[in-house]
Amino acid sequence: MTIQEKQDEIIEEFSIYEDWMDKYSYLIELGKELKPLNPSQHSKENLIEGCVSRVWLDAEMKEGKIFFSADSDAIITKGIIALLIKVVSGHTPAEIKDADLYFIDKIGLRENLSPTRANGLLAMIKRIRLYALAYDAKSKQRG
Amino acid sequence: MFDVQKVREDFPILQQEIYGKPFVYFDNGATTQKPRVVLDTITRLYEIENSNIHRGVHHLSTVTTENYEEARKIIARYFHVENEKEIVYTHGTTDSINLVAFSFGEKFIHEGDEIILTEMEHHANIVPWQMLCERKKAHIKVWKMDDTGCLKLDDLVNLITEKTKLIGVTQVSNVLGTVNPVKEITQIAHKHEVPILIDGAQGAQHVPTDLSGIDCDFYAFSGHKIYGPTGIGVLYAKTKWLEEMPPYQGGGDMILSVTFDHTEYLEAPFKFEAGTTNYIGAIGLGAAIQYLRNIGLKEVFEYEDQLLAYATEKVKEIPGLRIYGEAPRKVSILSFLIDGINAYDTGLILDKLGVAVRTGHHCAQPVADHFGIAGTVRASFSFYNTFEEVDHFVAGLHRVVEMFQ
Repeated sequence: MTIQEKQDEIIEEFSIYEDWMDKYSYLIELGKELKPLNPSQHSKENLIEGCVSRVWLDAEMKEGKIFFSADSDAIITKGIIALLIKVVSGHTPAEIKDADLYFIDKIGLRENLSPTRANGLLAMIKRIRLYALAYDAKSKQRG
Repeated sequence: MFDVQKVREDFPILQQEIYGKPFVYFDNGATTQKPRVVLDTITRLYEIENSNIHRGVHHLSTVTTENYEEARKIIARYFHVENEKEIVYTHGTTDSINLVAFSFGEKFIHEGDEIILTEMEHHANIVPWQMLCERKKAHIKVWKMDDTGCLKLDDLVNLITEKTKLIGVTQVSNVLGTVNPVKEITQIAHKHEVPILIDGAQGAQHVPTDLSGIDCDFYAFSGHKIYGPTGIGVLYAKTKWLEEMPPYQGGGDMILSVTFDHTEYLEAPFKFEAGTTNYIGAIGLGAAIQYLRNIGLKEVFEYEDQLLAYATEKVKEIPGLRIYGEAPRKVSILSFLIDGINAYDTGLILDKLGVAVRTGHHCAQPVADHFGIAGTVRASFSFYNTFEEVDHFVAGLHRVVEMFQ
């Protein structure tokens, strides 16, 4: 599936929730199910400091594709992270760096990306792109 | 008799719904809402009276200058300050403290000197002193609190040395709600001939503050936290300091004469009010304080105490809830965490229920560090809040617990 197809699938999934409460309950479920990071991944390098909640992001390159893993101390943030990782993981740096991540807005979670929320999500998306740019530059160097 | 429903009609912002639910504003520690009279004052000023102060000979300039100086008197009276020239307009508490850290600090703090600050200070009463200490090679000593959020006077006595040049204490902790015994603290400071600065950002609007009785050297507060406009604040300082301290910023309106060789400054407070000040804000602040007095300070403060007592009892229903800040004397600030539920998550769900609270370290990281937590959820009440709103908030907390279980 492409990044776009994955996003459309999530939007479809969320369209059944009319009440924000159901939507947040689902996010809480996703947050709880997200595979925990191992202790070494909870490192200072992986930490993205937010004012109210913190986020950790790790990435590894396998056969030309980037795989992300992440965590947060806030469950709802973690639920959104789970969706984000699902969307971008397993794609090439070139695909990720140019991806338009529109699904968060479309499923009505835009307020979670507001800089005033300071939950680290916005910074996390930035860092996902930075990883993609860095791996992309690296692969071109080798190429 | 205090009539909360009548008072609420004075606050247009409270009449709205958020996400289709009645708006419950419990973030008064961050900023307070403005009564109609303040909004009307600001509109009137811009519509028919606006003119720069202290400058023109024309009619409007005189009117605005008079209103600006009248507001200074209203503020002075509110804090029992006899000489209104000891009231300096600033942009807010942060600006006031920076002014002292610069003007007092440049003249009176030297290498090796010590400044005592409490562990419960807001960053605004930490960072300016750190910057000063870096410039002057001076040191900060921390006056620790106990786990209920209280300071012990004996600990202060033990911290003071002959090198102590200033003590900085918050009147009320913005996280824990603790009301500190600022009068007793000032007496100890003065017994050792050390001047004291009190951060009144969370105190001025919630506890009677008699600055001549307290006898402190400096007192800082913000207009927007006491139902006035943003961008205006006050530094109270004793005349002897205002006379001795050099100006903080140079510019217009603070000078007696200027040549390229030499400038003579005006006397205080004008010496510290360089450039065009926020005179609309100052007059608006005067209107806010006048409004508060008209409702009755005693009634307001007593009602807020009742709200806090009620909310404190009610939240104890919530399983796994821990309150941070258990001082015997508190203002209407309630900080807490629910076991296993992140503060951010709690705040997010409450928001969806129309309840505005603050989450995080509240710009006082050392307080969070003291308790080994990242932050808290903080509900802070004002006299326009109701007991029904507290019920709604507590019902919201039950919902939070259900969702995250």
